[in-house]
Amino acid sequence: MSINNNQLLRFTTAGSVDDGKSTLIGRLLYDSKSIFEDQLEAITDTSKKKGHDGVDLALFTDGLRDEREQGITIDVAYRYFTTPKRKFIIADTPGHIQYTRNMVTGASTANAAIILVDARHGVIEQTKRHAFIASLLQIPHIIVCINKMDLVDFKEEAYDTILRQFEEFSSKLLITDVRFIPISALLGDNVVNRSENMPWYQGAPLLHTLETMHISSDLNKVDARFPVQTVLRPQREGFIDYRGYAGRISSGIFRIGDEITAMPSGFTSKIKSIQGPTGELPEAFASMSVAMTLEDDIDVGRGDMIVRSNNKPDASQDIEVMLCWLHNESAKPRAKYAIRHTSNEQTAMIKEIIYKIDINTLGRKMDDSSLNMNDISKVRIRTTKPLMVDSYRENRITGSIILIDENTNETVAAGMVV
Amino acid sequence: MSKYYLNYLDELESEAIYVMREVWAQFQNPVILFSGGKDSIVVTHLAKKAFHPSKIPFALMHVDTGHNFPETIKFRDDLIKELDARLIIGSVQESIDTGRVAEEKGKNATRNALQITTLLDAIESNKVDCAIGGGRRDEEKARAKERFFSHRDDFGQWDPKNQRPELWNLFNGKHFEGEHFRAFPISNWTEMDVWNYIAREEIAIPSLYLAHEREVIWRNDSWIPKSEFLVIEDDEKVETKKIRFRTLGDITITGGIESDADTIEKIVLEVSAMRKTERGNRSDDKRSETAMEDRKKQGYF
Repeated sequence: MSINNNQLLRFTTAGSVDDGKSTLIGRLLYDSKSIFEDQLEAITDTSKKKGHDGVDLALFTDGLRDEREQGITIDVAYRYFTTPKRKFIIADTPGHIQYTRNMVTGASTANAAIILVDARHGVIEQTKRHAFIASLLQIPHIIVCINKMDLVDFKEEAYDTILRQFEEFSSKLLITDVRFIPISALLGDNVVNRSENMPWYQGAPLLHTLETMHISSDLNKVDARFPVQTVLRPQREGFIDYRGYAGRISSGIFRIGDEITAMPSGFTSKIKSIQGPTGELPEAFASMSVAMTLEDDIDVGRGDMIVRSNNKPDASQDIEVMLCWLHNESAKPRAKYAIRHTSNEQTAMIKEIIYKIDINTLGRKMDDSSLNMNDISKVRIRTTKPLMVDSYRENRITGSIILIDENTNETVAAGMVV
Repeated sequence: MSKYYLNYLDELESEAIYVMREVWAQFQNPVILFSGGKDSIVVTHLAKKAFHPSKIPFALMHVDTGHNFPETIKFRDDLIKELDARLIIGSVQESIDTGRVAEEKGKNATRNALQITTLLDAIESNKVDCAIGGGRRDEEKARAKERFFSHRDDFGQWDPKNQRPELWNLFNGKHFEGEHFRAFPISNWTEMDVWNYIAREEIAIPSLYLAHEREVIWRNDSWIPKSEFLVIEDDEKVETKKIRFRTLGDITITGGIESDADTIEKIVLEVSAMRKTERGNRSDDKRSETAMEDRKKQGYF
């Protein structure tokens, strides 16, 4: 079946409260026929009860009781749809409360971000924040959807103005691929179907863009990194000497015979075999879960990283990260936290807060050393043992960390190695 | 030249294997919640792959309502034998007999909600610190908010508004004594993905999923199988229909659909043309708009 060659694309949606984000998602699901009859019936009933005209597509994305009652989205929700070309996972992140925390969460695994802008209001502070977070989290592709074009008479000028505003402020952000699509989520223009109201727009509608954008280069295929999750030792008939290192390849490609180094020990060996989900493989690449055996019996365990000997990450106890604080309890000065990086866990201390990002101006605040919920700061962290890190810009998996408060076991911060 | 990207099914498979290995590494005594349904069968199949050539390191835990399809129990026992795995049974009948729960009354009575107590008791008495489930986010609106690693407090309860953020693939399974986690390796799979995977991997599933002739009654918009546990009202008529089940639960509430799909390939085709959600035939989800959320908060699967 041809569908079995299809790729998976994860995207996140960001917008302020009334930008029509839920309507857009509802429209994508509805027009791509991903909504089932019983769901549609339930939504139609609720729309009637609430006194809406027609079907309120935004209701598709409501989940929890409180969200239905208050008409807001509280937490990241995941939606799924499939077209004949791709499978999609939407991380639907709320636009208001805790937006930084939720958007960072949704953005961390995304290939693409959809940023919604209200055609009447243009680029606002919120848009800048969303674009900044998308660039901070290194989402490879950004699609700016200029929504509610129906409310500006589908005029090209509105689109042009926003495009120019966005280009101007985003020129200082690290964004490589950005596209602009004028849409009306409410009426369906340029979402799944091409708009007849905007003949001046020559580009593709949103769904076609999502279906065709090049994503197979989104993962780093250069730096071979294999964090070991666990060691398989069957100790049964036929596998008495088997010692397989199980994990998911973070980046790069590994082949049988490759000279590897186990970090941090520095022991070297060669890859003897690679067991993939479907059997023995001559090579394996990023995002595959495999088990490797080595030619030599060296000491490797959970938390260690197998890398190709000619291309190693930094092993360091002092790392600088862009840290996003995620918890309503602020950071305590010089407190110790558990730090998780790939399969490695150590103890860490925040040694220095270098600066805090002013999320409104995107400028730096040098004299603010507090770390509160939704703050993004550049900090220096010291760990008890070395972490094998790459810069986040080069590697989203080996360049990311979380901090855990061991008094509460809560995840309190997420960081990207600078 | 070979390609260096995965298709969606391989990507989901690798993700699930990764989650399963993380569970094994982060917990002391994890189990797989095994219902005999297709999702828990797929999870078990993925566990086999994740630890090959080692034996699957998890025990299988089955919460037995006593109202089972006989086919499910046979399937379970055969699988346990094949895997050489340990089976833990939590019995709802026993919870009733010991007065932990009281049986619901009336025509629509089910043992569905009673399972929560039995499940939490089994988790506690077996000192389970992580229960791996086959829950998927596409199933139901409350499930759309689930984490891969989902925390339960010492009452076994889920607090959906206060979940730990889950970024990248960094899972935080830290917990205090008495608390536990639920892990959902196939969170990102849809019903279609599960069927495509079952077809691709040629995974054995209970024959109940395939179209077969059965005595049924029409209730709550679906075909409920006749069984010794079913109270049939005077105005309800027992008919013989060719049906299959899209989900498998308690025999008293699992409704079938009329179907001719008697092979996996035909099911894949049927599901891809399906216009109703699979839980649409589960009366346990129909009790209210937030039936699933309410049960999940209390500790449901």
